[in-house]
Amino acid sequence: MTVDKNAVKKIARLARIQVSDEKAELLSADLGNILNWIEQLEEVDTTGVEPLASVNEHALPWREDIVTDGSITEQVLKNSPEVAGDFFVVPKVVE
Amino acid sequence: MSDLLKMTAAQALSSLSKKQISSVELTTAYIEAMEATHELNNYVTSTTELAKQMALDADKARADGNAGRLAGLPIGVKDLFCTKNVMTTACSSILNGFVPTYESTVTSRLWESGGVMLGKLNCDEFAMGSSNETSVFGPAINPWSARDGEALSAGGSSGGSASAVAAGAALMSVGSDTGGSIRQPAAFCGVVGLKPTYGRCSRWGVVAFASSLDQAGPFTRDVEDSALIFSVMAGHDAKDSTSASMSVPDFSEAINSGVEGMRIGIPGEYQMDEMDNEISDLWRQGRKWLEQAGATMVDISLPHTKYALACYYIIAPAEASSNLARYDGVRYGNRIEAETLDLMYEATRASGFGEEVQRRILIGTYALSAGYYDAYYLKAQQVRRLIKQDFDTAFSDVDAILTPTTPSAAFSLGKPVTDPITMYLNDVFTVPANLAGLPGISVPAGLSKQGLPLGLQVLAAPFREDRLFSVARTIELQAQFSLAPARAAGELQ
Repeated sequence: MTVDKNAVKKIARLARIQVSDEKAELLSADLGNILNWIEQLEEVDTTGVEPLASVNEHALPWREDIVTDGSITEQVLKNSPEVAGDFFVVPKVVE
Repeated sequence: MSDLLKMTAAQALSSLSKKQISSVELTTAYIEAMEATHELNNYVTSTTELAKQMALDADKARADGNAGRLAGLPIGVKDLFCTKNVMTTACSSILNGFVPTYESTVTSRLWESGGVMLGKLNCDEFAMGSSNETSVFGPAINPWSARDGEALSAGGSSGGSASAVAAGAALMSVGSDTGGSIRQPAAFCGVVGLKPTYGRCSRWGVVAFASSLDQAGPFTRDVEDSALIFSVMAGHDAKDSTSASMSVPDFSEAINSGVEGMRIGIPGEYQMDEMDNEISDLWRQGRKWLEQAGATMVDISLPHTKYALACYYIIAPAEASSNLARYDGVRYGNRIEAETLDLMYEATRASGFGEEVQRRILIGTYALSAGYYDAYYLKAQQVRRLIKQDFDTAFSDVDAILTPTTPSAAFSLGKPVTDPITMYLNDVFTVPANLAGLPGISVPAGLSKQGLPLGLQVLAAPFREDRLFSVARTIELQAQFSLAPARAAGELQ
């Protein structure tokens, strides 16, 4: 398995991590090695095996649809890098 | 107060209840030890003023006859647990300055029981690593030294938690274990490390790495203390939907019940070529001890063991790539300003995450991306079921399984690992328990030729921590391991 530089840049874009050309080159070797090592899983016959997402396979618990907390705007905003009034501030997204 | 640091938690509780010592005295001794062992880089935030207040409160509660189960005992917390009004960084620069407005369920339980918080302990960034070297604060250092005096890794990811307990800078500590992050550092530092059954301890308020694998657990000086603090940490929590709604038993009987009549499995697949001879010898010794104590040792097979690591290194990064999407520079942590929202995300995450974290996010994103999902993620989940089935089969015949904890003793710091896979191999014996959701414990059992601690691991069926304690206590009694690292606080040396 090879992950070329462009593939690295595509994944990095999906993960929203900025990657320079130089860095993409290094990562391409790194990720390729790791994926090659992981390909040993192909040796395992998994025909008809149900995938296991979590050992906790029972149904998620239900609870009453009621408000259990809230009115903590100040706490929610407390650690934000930039706040205006009761809002998070982000770069402009609509022209 | 010469012997304060030598006491186990059980001994300290007994002295506290007889009014022979106060929590203020005990806590002060630990605060001094934290300062004396500062160079080990165990703590990333110390909360000494808070600790003194909590110690006073614990003494008062005891005088009033309201002492909780851990009243007055000084405890360190891995910097992965959110602690109210105390900075919590996951040892990542992206969370620099993050001060939670809430307390994790596990730590809440400790403080409600009278535990005294000493501070936040070093770990690998977002718990991703096996040497504590990915921490933005630099590695925690093992209080044990090799004969040649070289500084050694405390292991990881909970390196600070293990090192602090071994060095006498915390009486007990809590960490988390996603692929061995409690058991491996416990083995490297010569202390007891417990990874409970998945679902035993609430994950609420713990910075998430891989949600289907993460589990909180304690570091202690001995097995009795492990059961003591575990029984406070564990229990159902409605705020964690994967929390098990099962009662937590009283383990005091299990600790002393021995292994007479137990059947204990030795999995042939754990005898690996690259394993140090002294590890095989220790394993053989452990087998003998248990046999002498009346257990029947049974050769068992866990045929998919060799695929556990590769399976883990798809599942854990896949879950991490999803969990770590929340670090976007908007709601908390550092932000790198940029022209557009997307560029701000990209710059913030490139600057805030370290190399290993970025690598794992990228692997995870790749494994989950269109066209590769079936080949990697689904395949890994299928292999995960086969690994779990291996254990299900084994536990229909045996009560517990004995293995080494790690393939080697603690390694040197400062020899940079150029190949990530070499580092991943550290977790070869610990990862299967996380994939299968099993409880596991590492107990110090001997010293290497270099004079470094080595651990044995005991695994049991889900929710059978009682069996772990019975077997581990038996090993502890036979091994008579003496915790005496060269770089510990004064009297522990």
